[in-house]
Amino acid sequence: MNDMTDGEKGLGENPREIVLRPMAPIVPATNIAGNSLMFVISIMSFLACLTLGAVIMVQDTANSWQSQISREITIQIKPESGMDVDAELAKARDIALSFSGTTGATIVDTAATARLLEPWLGEGLDMEELPVPRLVIITIDETSPPDFAGMRAALDDSVKNAFLDDHRTWVDRLVAMANTTVIIGLCVLALVFIATVLTVIFATRGALSGNHHIVEVLHFVGAEASFVASKFQKHFFMIALKGALAGGLGATIAFAVAGLWANARIATPESDQAMALFGGFSMSAGGYIGALSIVVITAVLTALTTRITVIRTIMEIDLIRSDPTRSI
Amino acid sequence: MIDFDNVGLRYGMGPEVLRDLTFEVPRRSFQFLTGPSGAGKTTLLRLMFMSLQPTRGFVRVFGQDITTIPQQELPKLRRRIGIVFQDFRLLDHLTTYENVALPLRVRGKEETSYRTDVMELLKWVGLGDRMNVLPPILSGGEKQRAAIARALIDQPEILLADEPTGNVDAPLARRLLRLFLELNKLGTAVIIATHDLSLMDQIDARRMILSGGRLEIYE
Repeated sequence: MNDMTDGEKGLGENPREIVLRPMAPIVPATNIAGNSLMFVISIMSFLACLTLGAVIMVQDTANSWQSQISREITIQIKPESGMDVDAELAKARDIALSFSGTTGATIVDTAATARLLEPWLGEGLDMEELPVPRLVIITIDETSPPDFAGMRAALDDSVKNAFLDDHRTWVDRLVAMANTTVIIGLCVLALVFIATVLTVIFATRGALSGNHHIVEVLHFVGAEASFVASKFQKHFFMIALKGALAGGLGATIAFAVAGLWANARIATPESDQAMALFGGFSMSAGGYIGALSIVVITAVLTALTTRITVIRTIMEIDLIRSDPTRSI
Repeated sequence: MIDFDNVGLRYGMGPEVLRDLTFEVPRRSFQFLTGPSGAGKTTLLRLMFMSLQPTRGFVRVFGQDITTIPQQELPKLRRRIGIVFQDFRLLDHLTTYENVALPLRVRGKEETSYRTDVMELLKWVGLGDRMNVLPPILSGGEKQRAAIARALIDQPEILLADEPTGNVDAPLARRLLRLFLELNKLGTAVIIATHDLSLMDQIDARRMILSGGRLEIYE
């Protein structure tokens, strides 16, 4: 173009110096489809992070139940006439302590036993008048528990009317319940995550359809498929990252607010009940890592969907070459 | 550069819209492609641009049969062809300058290496003071000139222009024709599809007339 004659130059030419704006990105920075995609991603990311946090919370609480229950066993001694209950209790305690895996043993005295029965039998209970069973509470090492069968046999041989309750039945039921709760939570999480994945894929494809003409023009001016894909991929990755971060942050804040609410109502019957059932509204390190993983997975998934969709669009444009009945 | 050998094309099961086309577009040649509306001028340009394949016969572009070119090689071949679409196909979020620079940008060139060339070309086509304007603000004629500038910016070996003077007045059409001639002198083969008889009468160039799906060539 440089050897054009002077006479040919100057079609409406303006001699003043022209200042160009910085090069705009090939993919437009914002449009309605992009904003909608970001909004959809933030909502789905929020729901996924919230579900993940709830599942982790329930799992932590279930583990805590199991651990607390299985940390103790009890020896129950039923009194009968002529029996020195206190001696039998002491004997039972000594037998229990002789087993390895036992970390401590406490005899529940008459006063404490009376307090335990107070809600049902009222105050001023005379323990001598009632054949109330007495208890020895034994704490055990959860990691290497004592030989319960051996302990039971030793108690049967040496202590009258002794019954060892290792809470196995209760623990087994609790474990089954806790596991069921966690499995249900994981199923809900899987469903929410699948919904997130599908929503992200369809929303990304929807947003990209509005940019079809850009893909086409770039392709026709000689851009390679990988170049076009990389431009769109980068753009949509940033949109998804912003949306997913907003959603993840929202879920974290929601947990923090719920935690503050629970703390403000601590020691009330409602709060105690909620705490007993669901534990505290706080995210563990695993929760934060999980939320971060959801953010990253969402952003990467969006970028991947973008790449596949752009390359497929270019292939479809080129398919017209083989099938003239398809229109551009 | 482009060879058609007994080419026919039909859409689906319909009648052939192009029949028995056999011709060559020689290197550095200049020709008009004309004919009534619906004769198949745009379809013929699309065959030359490798965005369609013939249903029979052979089309060779730069010596390669277009039915056997792998998909990944198409961008490299298209870079050697400049095309002006009838509907311009400018990107609305890019300024006139950025639209014209787009072919160089996608080739990975640094802006500093082409800034002067793009600005000179834009001044030449009369868009010197419209460089920072977005296409929706441009008039039809201005969009057309921007589309022409985009096709010319990398001095292609072949220029395909579909009605390139359809939206401009006669003086500007003459100037654009001079631009195409100048480009042709520099070595580009030029094919201009047009209805404009007055434009064709201005120069003594080869005429390819499409009618009823058949092509007649007047050298």
